[in-house]
Amino acid sequence: MPANDDLLKAQRFREAALPYLDDVYTLARYLLRDASDAEDAVQECYLRALKHFDSYRGPAMKPWLFAILRNVCNAEYARRAHRQHSALEDMPGAAEQTPMWQEGDATPETEVLRSRDAGVIRKLIDALAEPFKETFVLREINNLSYREIAAAAGVPVGTVMSRLARARAMLRAAWTAEEEQAR
Amino acid sequence: MNCDEAKILLHALLDNELDAGHAREVEAHIAKCPDCAAELAAQREMQRVLADTSLRYTAPASLRSKIEASLPQPQLQRQQPSRRSVLRGFAMGSAVSALAASGVVAVVLRQDDQQRVLSEVVSAHLRSLQAGHLIDVVSTDQHTVKPWFNGKLDVAPPVIDLTAQGFTLVGGRLDYVDARAIGAVVYKRRQHVINLFVAQTASTEHRPPKTQTMQGFNCRRWGERGLNFWAVSDIGGDELAEFVDKFEAAMKANVEG
Repeated sequence: MPANDDLLKAQRFREAALPYLDDVYTLARYLLRDASDAEDAVQECYLRALKHFDSYRGPAMKPWLFAILRNVCNAEYARRAHRQHSALEDMPGAAEQTPMWQEGDATPETEVLRSRDAGVIRKLIDALAEPFKETFVLREINNLSYREIAAAAGVPVGTVMSRLARARAMLRAAWTAEEEQAR
Repeated sequence: MNCDEAKILLHALLDNELDAGHAREVEAHIAKCPDCAAELAAQREMQRVLADTSLRYTAPASLRSKIEASLPQPQLQRQQPSRRSVLRGFAMGSAVSALAASGVVAVVLRQDDQQRVLSEVVSAHLRSLQAGHLIDVVSTDQHTVKPWFNGKLDVAPPVIDLTAQGFTLVGGRLDYVDARAIGAVVYKRRQHVINLFVAQTASTEHRPPKTQTMQGFNCRRWGERGLNFWAVSDIGGDELAEFVDKFEAAMKANVEG
């Protein structure tokens, strides 16, 4: 029989952490690019979060959950490693080595991007290299502040800024290229 | 500010993450750099389109319920015994089964009770250390401490000076455990405090000492001559056992002497 303390703890955890389930799931979908892997990762994330809930000292629950999810995803990357995926941390310069796109030879006449259906844009985001994708998703989709991103990813705020700038430049270039093709 | 810096900082400007000073610097650069101005406009446009697109995912309901299910659940209403098992109980002889049942309950309750009292005793020990309320009567003289308890408790806690044995008597205190006033005799071993809690009990039989650990404190509990004793301290288990041995030996000598 679970002790009363456990029940109270479970109740506090439910109230504090479950409202962010969609946020955590969203991040997992982008990081893992696979619905069922994402589901497993989120479940594991919540298990670990409950286990460490006693040591949680707040204040922001969202970045804390994201930090745990990142660890879970890193383990998943390691598991996939022999399938030629790499861990988030492994590739600081990944984008430099394998540029997915040329960063538009900046004809910066504002090319108005057409609104596209979410599926196309999700694919473009999915294709961003780590760790830029993660930073981008945390900021643009999960609405974290720079400080919160820094806390979740365990990097300085300056790194968050430069990764974000890079991520957006890459996304915009990919988006423009995609529109050219679609034309 | 050069373009390289501006191309990074303009994102922080977009996201409202810049302090006023840096924001002014970036804006000043953009005002005279068409390149960076165009980049800012393009990024602002992209952010607008992104904001209009639903890029979030919704967790499947099955995931939510799996997580819910993995949390500790409130105990479901205990199942009513089926008619069949009730009848079987009668068949066994209701007196026997009732006795067996109450025996189990008594054992379970007693353990729960002891656990609760133990946790209260440890809490009382902690309180005495934290609140600066370790001692009501300060004395190393057992003949001062012992009479102090008179009229304050329904028992006369044995107060025994163990200074010669390495445990210094430092005083006594009234405390509350299990919603009852209880005597606490305070000893020191080097810089460590030992609280010896003494309470009356209905049972006069001797219960041998037993050490339990809670929240990092050792608690040695025993019963003697209608009194329950709990010695609580952060000293090691064997030192605490030594304390209890010496206390018991001295108590025995007092009674016999």
